[in-house]
Amino acid sequence: MSATAAHAGDHGHDHGHHHKETFITKYIFSQDHKMIAKQYLITGTIMGVIGIMMSIFFRMQIAWPKESFAIFEIFLGNWAPDGVMSADKYLALVTIHGTIMVFFVLTAGLSGTFSNLLIPLQIGARDMASGFLNMVSYWLFFISSVIMVLSLFVEGGAASAGWTVYPPLSALPEAIPGSGLGMTLWLVSMAIFIASSLLGSLNYIVTVINLRTKGMSMTRLPLTIWAFFVTAIIGVVSFPVLLSAALLLIFDRSFGTSFYLSDIFIQGEALHYQGGSPVLFEHLFWFLGHPEVYIVLLPALGITSEIIATNSRKPIFGYRAMVASILAIAFLSTIVWGHHMFISGMNPFLGSVFTFTTLLIAIPSAVKAFNYITTLWKGNLQMNPAMLFSIGLVSTFITGGLTGIILGDSTLDINVHDTYFVVAHFHLVMGISALYGMFAGIYHWFPKLFGRMMNKNLGYIHFWVTAVCAYGVFFPMHFIGMAGLPRRYYTNSEFPLFDDVADVNVVITMFAIIGGAFQLVFLYNFFSSIFYGKKAPQNPWRSNTLEWTTPVEHIHGNWPGEIPHVHRWAYDYSKPGHDEDFVPQTVPMKEGEEELHH
Amino acid sequence: MTTGLLTFIVLILIAIAIWQLTKIFDLSQAKADNTQIANDKDNNINGYLMMGFLMFIYIITIISFWKWGDLPLIGNAASEHGSSVDTLMIISMVLIFFVQTVTQALLHYFAYKYRGKKGRKALYYADNDKLEFIWTIIPVITLAGLILYGLFTWNEIMDVNMDDDPIVVELYAQQFNWKVRYAGEDNVLGKANVRLIDLGDNPNILGLDREDKYAQDDVIVQELHLPVNRKVVFKMRSQDVLHSAYMPHFRMQMNCVPGMITEFAMTPTMTTDEMRQTSKIQKKVSRINALRAAKSETLVAKGEEPLEPYEFNFLLLCNKICGESHYNMQINVIVESQEDFDKWMAEQETFGKK
Repeated sequence: MSATAAHAGDHGHDHGHHHKETFITKYIFSQDHKMIAKQYLITGTIMGVIGIMMSIFFRMQIAWPKESFAIFEIFLGNWAPDGVMSADKYLALVTIHGTIMVFFVLTAGLSGTFSNLLIPLQIGARDMASGFLNMVSYWLFFISSVIMVLSLFVEGGAASAGWTVYPPLSALPEAIPGSGLGMTLWLVSMAIFIASSLLGSLNYIVTVINLRTKGMSMTRLPLTIWAFFVTAIIGVVSFPVLLSAALLLIFDRSFGTSFYLSDIFIQGEALHYQGGSPVLFEHLFWFLGHPEVYIVLLPALGITSEIIATNSRKPIFGYRAMVASILAIAFLSTIVWGHHMFISGMNPFLGSVFTFTTLLIAIPSAVKAFNYITTLWKGNLQMNPAMLFSIGLVSTFITGGLTGIILGDSTLDINVHDTYFVVAHFHLVMGISALYGMFAGIYHWFPKLFGRMMNKNLGYIHFWVTAVCAYGVFFPMHFIGMAGLPRRYYTNSEFPLFDDVADVNVVITMFAIIGGAFQLVFLYNFFSSIFYGKKAPQNPWRSNTLEWTTPVEHIHGNWPGEIPHVHRWAYDYSKPGHDEDFVPQTVPMKEGEEELHH
Repeated sequence: MTTGLLTFIVLILIAIAIWQLTKIFDLSQAKADNTQIANDKDNNINGYLMMGFLMFIYIITIISFWKWGDLPLIGNAASEHGSSVDTLMIISMVLIFFVQTVTQALLHYFAYKYRGKKGRKALYYADNDKLEFIWTIIPVITLAGLILYGLFTWNEIMDVNMDDDPIVVELYAQQFNWKVRYAGEDNVLGKANVRLIDLGDNPNILGLDREDKYAQDDVIVQELHLPVNRKVVFKMRSQDVLHSAYMPHFRMQMNCVPGMITEFAMTPTMTTDEMRQTSKIQKKVSRINALRAAKSETLVAKGEEPLEPYEFNFLLLCNKICGESHYNMQINVIVESQEDFDKWMAEQETFGKK
């Protein structure tokens, strides 16, 4: 039905009578992009709770090594005999935390929610190009989430080779218990996840190209849509490579092939593998793995662009430069993967090339940061919670991005590679930034998603505590990295050398616990507002984009009558010659009025 | 166990408290201005908080540098190439902290300065090609400098050759320890393959080819001794999974990959004794020992063994996740004078003699 709705374009479309919705078609197997967005959001939130809880557990182990915690006995069961987390299950927690946060929360939860919600609404389409594929995409994501969670409960435990699952560790059950059934389920889950992601991405691309309403030229698209569009393209280019990497790993694990394995002697026995190379896997993995960073980050930046402009009551500064930098980042992101492999044994000449391309990517990133700051300049800043999270994103994006200059430089990477310096860097620049983008999006579009407002004061508390804790966790972490402390160590107590940074780990864990606990404020606000929040007005943030011209109550096809036409770009805020400080895209140009950004 | 239970109960109570307080807070506002859209009061408070947050960022930076800023990875490198790595690190750090300080200040100050007021209109300012050009070209120039310096150093470090009469040493990684093989008199490592490993009565733990004449004088040991001021060419092997040979004090790291041999060359410039004498290490050691002494007191009070006092040693540790005991895969690296090294080497048995 939605597909036909989409094709019906802007010819009037009658929504009253021709289908009856059952509970199942409305809430479960829905093909409506707004419902699918909510499904992604709720699933992503649940996965997020699991992922963050895991991080608090292993942070407790790092701060108070080998202590017994009753909370471990309850939540971790036989992963923590007598409440003491075991060494290999520590690695399982780290692995699944990374996997869940990167893929299930910040890829599917973020893109899945906001691309689905906003692409049709902001470009003026009745629905996605294919509602059916969209539904299939969500349900594949759901199945892969279930499998990933189930993998926690199998014998040997969940995958434990790090979220990068480098073979041979991930290929040989002899090497670590988690490389048994847990790893198989990890691979199956990821394969399904990739299928889901590809279906979603193809849908986003086709929708943006074909279903824009009259007047919505590419240069009038809101930056959110540009970000989602380019993200989808990166996904289509790079996710299939991870799929092939995963399939070859399945072959090595289950059918005795030697794509990644060679000359292995383990547990008193030489294995038959001959001629493969783990370095091949690293190449294939990071060919997705690095673009993945931008798959996570670009939607957050797109959301931030929209929210900062709206709440500054100013046009986003340098629209064309913003689009150009998104495109530049997307292009460069596919040719920098080798900076994860400077010391992998890869030819050092390649190291030089990847250093060069990697540092280039700092340029469009710097342009974006400066443009955000300039957008604030001489604005009339409305400090809604979404705006706070957007400003917070710019702050963590700068702090985390800058240390990329050190890690991207092969010479410096030699010594900080795989230390906590890396952990601090990527958590700030992609983890926290993307999470802020997601929170910003939820606060901003909650009225569109659920027709109600979230409580702003709870939003303020949520932001400020989270902001302080995020810096409290990840800023000092740079220093234990620069002290040479490797990541993924179950405990640092075997190294007296690191005794004098043990107190940093306690500080970090304290901040993590407080920060984690205060996400309850968000969860409360989120779920109670769905049911009891104040009813939302049609355009609460006085925004220009098309989604705020749809009725508050969701209807199939989004607009009751014709799809509105677009006459201007999305950023005519405080434009001279207009009484209001915003001019929606649907307002025709006045005589003699110029479209400034062209 | 009881502390665990207490912690758990406390955590649960805190969670419930947060939830309830949130609820009370939420309900108490029912009558207040409840459009849930920021008003001038919100803009004011949050604007000031933005400035507060800027201060917080600066303070946490200062505290971190003051408390933990004695960074062993900057300065005090114990290898020849290490000092150029450190110089580049310092240049990059200074640059980063300059940019960080300025941009965070601008961001948070603008957020405070331009906090919303009813009736004020923002400046319609959409584009400025000159500005865009400026902040494109400045990073381009700065990064070009960093890239050039970095690549120059990188190429020098990664140029592994046999000039300057190096000694050849194999670092052999396995779950979860290191073995070291010296090339012996001929300075050529004998051929080896994991399929030749024999753990029987006449063990061949590294899988050396017994027929290979180069293998006869190889020396296999469990500790890494190096002569000072002599170039070392490391050849790395792994027998099972990926490992990474990380020697932070020498600014050296290279993965050990099953099925291939990786390389890294470096020249240690300080003996272990000399390193122990440097003021940086002495300060660090006394700080660590003070911490360990305090910890020992509590241990003794509980009737357990006190901790050994710490003495500085260079380390070789594993820095690529390799399994359950990844966190404890280390050996000491002993750098000594050529004479001491020769003396130690003379005491070792060669592979052929075993």
